Parts: sequence; C-alpha cells; structure tokens
Amino acid sequence: MGNNPSMLTQYDIEEVQEHCNNLCGVSLSFFCDYAAKFCLDVNQQEIVSLYQRFCQLDRNAKGFISADEFMSVPEFAMNPLAQRLLKMVDGLNFKDFVAFLSTFGPRASIEQKIGLIFKVYDSDGNGKVTFNDILEVLRDLTGSFMSDDQREDVLTQLLQEAGYTMDSCLLLDDFIHIFANSDMKMEVEVPVD
Amino acid sequence: MGESRKLYSAPSSELDLDRPNIEDYLPSDSIPEPRGKLRLRDLLDISPALTEAAGAIVDDSFTRCFKSNSPEPWNWNIYLFPLWCCGVVVRYLFLFPARVLVLTIGWIIFLSLYIPVHFLLKGQDKLRTKLERSLVELICSFFVASWTGVIKYHGPRPSMRPKQVFVANHTSMIDFIILEQMTAFAVIMQKHPGWVGLLQSTILESLGCIWFNRTEAKDREIVARKLREHVHGPDNNPLLIFPEGTCVNNEYTVMFKKGAFELGCTVCPVAIKYNKIFVDAFWNSRKQSFTMHLLQLMTSWAVVCDVWYLEPQNLKPGETPIEFAERWLTLSPCRVRDMIAHRAGLKKVPWDGYLKYSRPSPRLTESKQKSFAESLLRRLKET
Repeated sequence: MGNNPSMLTQYDIEEVQEHCNNLCGVSLSFFCDYAAKFCLDVNQQEIVSLYQRFCQLDRNAKGFISADEFMSVPEFAMNPLAQRLLKMVDGLNFKDFVAFLSTFGPRASIEQKIGLIFKVYDSDGNGKVTFNDILEVLRDLTGSFMSDDQREDVLTQLLQEAGYTMDSCLLLDDFIHIFANSDMKMEVEVPVD
Repeated sequence: MGESRKLYSAPSSELDLDRPNIEDYLPSDSIPEPRGKLRLRDLLDISPALTEAAGAIVDDSFTRCFKSNSPEPWNWNIYLFPLWCCGVVVRYLFLFPARVLVLTIGWIIFLSLYIPVHFLLKGQDKLRTKLERSLVELICSFFVASWTGVIKYHGPRPSMRPKQVFVANHTSMIDFIILEQMTAFAVIMQKHPGWVGLLQSTILESLGCIWFNRTEAKDREIVARKLREHVHGPDNNPLLIFPEGTCVNNEYTVMFKKGAFELGCTVCPVAIKYNKIFVDAFWNSRKQSFTMHLLQLMTSWAVVCDVWYLEPQNLKPGETPIEFAERWLTLSPCRVRDMIAHRAGLKKVPWDGYLKYSRPSPRLTESKQKSFAESLLRRLKET
C-alpha cells in the first residue's frame, strides 16, 4: 500500500475486506458457531476514508497505531474505558484497524457488537466473564462516584434478578441472551467525502 | 455540533478553563436518558462508551484543527501541464533567488543600522527605542516582501497607549511578522531553539517581548508578572498575545487562554485569515522546522492574507469584583473569540491547544463517570 491515500487500489481494498471477513469468522466462531455467517462488509469509500484517517493517526508512518497515538486524540483519551480499549487496539495495523471499526458499522450484526462488548469484559480472554470482571469495568465507568460496596451490591442484586449468582461465569451465549431484544445502537458513521 | 450554542454557559463554582462545556460540542444524542427499572442488561451495556471511543478514532474535532492542507497541483491536462512547469521554473529559479536577495539586503540594512543604534545611543533611551521600533518594522516588511505578501489591513491601525492588549488567532509565526510590519508589538511567545531563538533573545528583546517555555510551570507566574508590569508602562509597545497558545490551521480556533483577559485592560481583537490559493500558511511545527516553513512560503507565488483590527472590547461597568472576575474569565474570551472566529470565518472547538503536548485532564473523564454513576443510582431507586 502506498503512502498516498488515493493510491489504495481495488486489490488493496478487496484484501482488507477479505481480512475483515476472515477475522470475524475466526474470532467469533471461537465463541459461538452461528456468528460466522454474519460477516461484515465495509464499502470501498469507507475503506479509503479510514485509510486517510489511519495515516493521520499513524504520525510516524510506522504502519501501525501505537497506544500513545490513540491517546493523542483527546476525545478518546477522556473515555472512561480508554485504558481497557487500548489493550485491544494498541499496535493495530490497517487491516485490523478496519476490522475493529467494522464492528461499529451499520451492517455489522448485533452478535458481533455483543461479541465486542464481551471481549471488553473478558479482559483475560478465557471466554468467561466473572463477577470481578464486571466489577472492574463498572469501576472504570463510575470511578470515585460509587463506592466499592455500592458497586458490589448493585451487581449482586441485578445478577440475582437475572437468574445468576455471584459465582456464575457468563459466557458469550449468556451475553447474547441478556441483550436479546434490546435496542442497542452501537453505530459510528465513517465520514466519506 | 452546536456551533451556535453558547460556549461557556453559567459560570461554575470552580472555574477551570481546562474544562469548558465540552458537552455542548460533543454529540450528546448518542446517550438518551434511560428510564425505567434497572436490569442487568442496562448495567452491562457499555455500548455508549464504546461508540464514543470508536467515533473519536474515526474522526475527532481536535485533530482536524491541526491538519495541514497541501496545495493541489493543477497540472491536469496537456496545456495546463506546460504552464504549471513554467510556474515551477519561475518560482524556484527566478522568484526564489530574487527573494533570497531581497531578504539578504534587508538583513544587511537592518543590522548595519541596528547595531550602531543599539550600542551608540545607550544614553538616549527614548530615541533609541523609537529607532529600534522602526527598524524592526522595516525588517518585517522585508520578510513580507520575501514571500510577496499581499496583505490587506482592515480597520484602524493600532495606537500606542497603555492598558491595552491585542489578541489574535494564530496560524504561523508569520502572523507575528505580518502584524509587526504595521506596528511594533511586544509579543508573548514560546521560546524557540535555533536562529529564531537567537533573534528572540537579541533583537526582539528590545521591543519588550516576553518569552516562556510552555512546559515550565513556574514560567507562567513569571510571565503573568511581566505582563502586568508591561501593560502599565506608558512608553511600552502595545502588547500582542496569541491566546490560543499554539498554531492552528486557520480553519478552526481552539480555546483561548485566559491570561490576556485577566490584565484588566482593553482587549483589541485582531482576526487573521489566510487565503490558501497559493500556499497553506499553517505552520505544522511537528512536521517542519520554521526554516522549512519559510522556504515553502518563499517558493510559492504569494502569501495572501486579510487582517482585521476589530472593535476594542471592555469590561461592562457596574460589576462587582467577583462578577467582574467571573464574567471576565468566562464570557470575555468567549466574546472576543466569537468576534475573531466570525470575522475570519473560523469554526470554534472547545479544546485546549496544549492538548497537542499533553493528555486531557482527568476531570473530563470524571465528569463522564459522575453522570453515569448518578444515572445508575437514580434508576436503582426507581424500582
């Protein structure tokens, strides 16, 4: 791929699209079988725009975006989940960058979006989300504005109401079940000029 | 984004310009106020935070402020191409050497007059400063000539009187040269390395310019003290401040630092707008040195620019000191920035330009955490 964003050829774009499809197949089928058939597509124009943005963020033209470069975007850095997300996005090359963002596309399935949420909770990547995993995310989200006891109480209560206990490990299937019929909107529009 | 909405609404108890009402600018429609009983699903649903993060990765208003636009070549077809080639030859082989010559002559004249004036007229301070002022204006005119600057000044020329500060939007160090050509301002500037630093500490020092280092916290106090001393001196040059504190690409304005507005002086806004038809005057200090930036300007056809001296702004009378301070702190930079942004056709963003060099304050994150925790606790009670 050339340095000039307009030099992205049809082949490059197809390669990226294929990469996104494969990636979604592999990473999600690991957790659930039927996710593989919901493959995403990102259209050509979006890939060209994303490439321009990628080059802009990759300030030293290393071919990947470091954690530091992500944090140089203030709107990202002030996100309560920034540190957690950095573990997922640090050092992304262009293909993975598009693949990560494609989850936020309008054509990505709800299962993919839930899969991403699940991955944020499942910080050790063992495919299970424990009581403590949820508590940690909740700590990031509420900071000093809720006490540890308050957080534990809320979580225990809600888990019980939903039919789980403190010791149960949630799997991706549980997440899909929990989020069933929710009108979750997790879409980001790629500006195309 | 709510451009039309007021930037700084009600003054909060803990005033901090690190935290303007950013919520006014960021899309807020992504987080509708949730209602009803809290369920596990609502607790686990981190999609708003994820969407915001991904949105910031795809596009953000801060990075847009510092994006340089390279000029588009127009060598599109068979008869434009030879024309374009001629242009390149003229610019690099004729214009550029001629401009270097002009600049060299300028420096020779300047130095041969400045050095005697500076060292021989030690006794007569008034005459000496007067001559030095005109000489600095002269060398700045030579600089402007070296890019064939086509600069239109609108509005009345600045006058010399105490207790007034000029504030302008900042695109490049050449802003300073362009303004200095008309009036010998004393400027507040970041200390630069290299030959620019040498000029700063020798020649510009005599104009009463004040230097600081952005990263030195204690420099701020010293600069604030020097500023106050400077504006009250009757014979001092008018003070020029670029309250953005960093170069922006002349499409946007970032937050104004409050320093210039705390001095209790009349604030005279100056709006500068460059025409990008021949060259982009934005100095992206991360990508190029100032020398390279000057060379780029000197090899272009011309630098086209409009400068507006706008209506001086004062504090409204009849305000108590507290109101005075609060309003001064909150409304004034906003009012002045509005004027400049409107005149020069710039879009306003709420960011502190220093975020180029540092991370946003944790308070921004905390305000998000606070609103999330509050909504959670409120919904928990609703059962």
